[in-house]
Amino acid sequence: MSPALTSRKLVTIICEAELEALLVPELARHGARGYTLTEARGQGARGVRDGAWRASSNIRIEVLCDATVAERLVDMLQARFYADYGIVVFVVDAAVLRPGKF
Amino acid sequence: MPFEPVILFFLLGLLAALLRSDLKIPGVVYEALSIFLLLAIGLKGGVELARHDVLDLALPALVVVGVAMVIPLACFPILVRVGRLPRADAASIAAHYGSVSVVTFAVASSFLATRAVPADGYMTVFLALLELPALLVGVFLARRGQGQVQWSTLLHEVLAGKSIVLLAGGLLIGWFAGPEGIKPLDRLFFDLFKGMLAFFLLEMGLVAAGRLADLRRAGPFLVAFAVGAPVCAGLLGLLTAGMLDFSVGNAVLLATLYASASYIAAPAAMRIAVPEANPALSIGAALGITFPFNLMAGIPIYYWLAVHMNGALS
Repeated sequence: MSPALTSRKLVTIICEAELEALLVPELARHGARGYTLTEARGQGARGVRDGAWRASSNIRIEVLCDATVAERLVDMLQARFYADYGIVVFVVDAAVLRPGKF
Repeated sequence: MPFEPVILFFLLGLLAALLRSDLKIPGVVYEALSIFLLLAIGLKGGVELARHDVLDLALPALVVVGVAMVIPLACFPILVRVGRLPRADAASIAAHYGSVSVVTFAVASSFLATRAVPADGYMTVFLALLELPALLVGVFLARRGQGQVQWSTLLHEVLAGKSIVLLAGGLLIGWFAGPEGIKPLDRLFFDLFKGMLAFFLLEMGLVAAGRLADLRRAGPFLVAFAVGAPVCAGLLGLLTAGMLDFSVGNAVLLATLYASASYIAAPAAMRIAVPEANPALSIGAALGITFPFNLMAGIPIYYWLAVHMNGALS
């Protein structure tokens, strides 16, 4: 790994688009310094999410952060949203430039 | 033809989906069409509102909104007791049926225009007013003191949602500009309206076909409810219209508003405020059954009833 790179965590959240208004404000509240949001389509336990209209649209939110924040985010997401919403969260290792941003 | 030709586009969409055609309307086109329709409906209402004294509408508006609250309050116990649905699902479905569908309203307006039945543009004001209150009733029914509701997020989601912003914005722009001021925009917003509505209905056909599978799992009660509720609500609309001395055209529009079920604002609001409710049930009923029912049978029925009840009521 290049010495210029620093280890961080990449938290990826794929969830129903309706969640955006509830979920996004929580990210900063739990220590995330930023996020990237894209529209997503796919298939899973709740059938095909084809994005044809809002009720069948998904979003994909990515957050780069340190391990502590990643853990906090995962705990919060599980506690608040897992019971009632279509949501998938996974965390992978990432290597970043400018670690101060994340 | 007993129903609006524009509905054939909806049937084409349904058919295409059932045939597993590769026809797809991209999500951005759907968004653009809905923005156009909402703005055009708002503008049209606003232009005609400019011909009336707005204060005269205050009392009818109160009555129309007040009576409309009967719909979710009556649906809820039926869904719980007869349908044996969990409280959250019953409340969410009741909210969907209490709120309104803009496109159903647009098709009813178009139905009246085809038959040269006059209706007042200010009916659009009722359309804008009727979206929110039933959603609040639904949330109240689901919660009744239990659990927390993020009221501020919910209110923001609905009031700042595109349907209210564009309908109310269009109404204000149309009202401010008046018939003369809006003339340069006539071609875009009024002449193209039916074509855009046809496009939108094609897409709704595609989407509605996908919801039918959800309903198969829901069972016969919900299917019967999705037909029975709009007919009863439509009758309530006709009676209210009679009480307010509305013309036949206005009575049909009010009946259609009461009979229609929301499938855009309500699902979004219920996902936030009553997340444990299963959206497949409410959207399946509202969009899979009630929407096509109103388009093809409901609106002609409300029209027929309004014409025949007119003498008896006024």
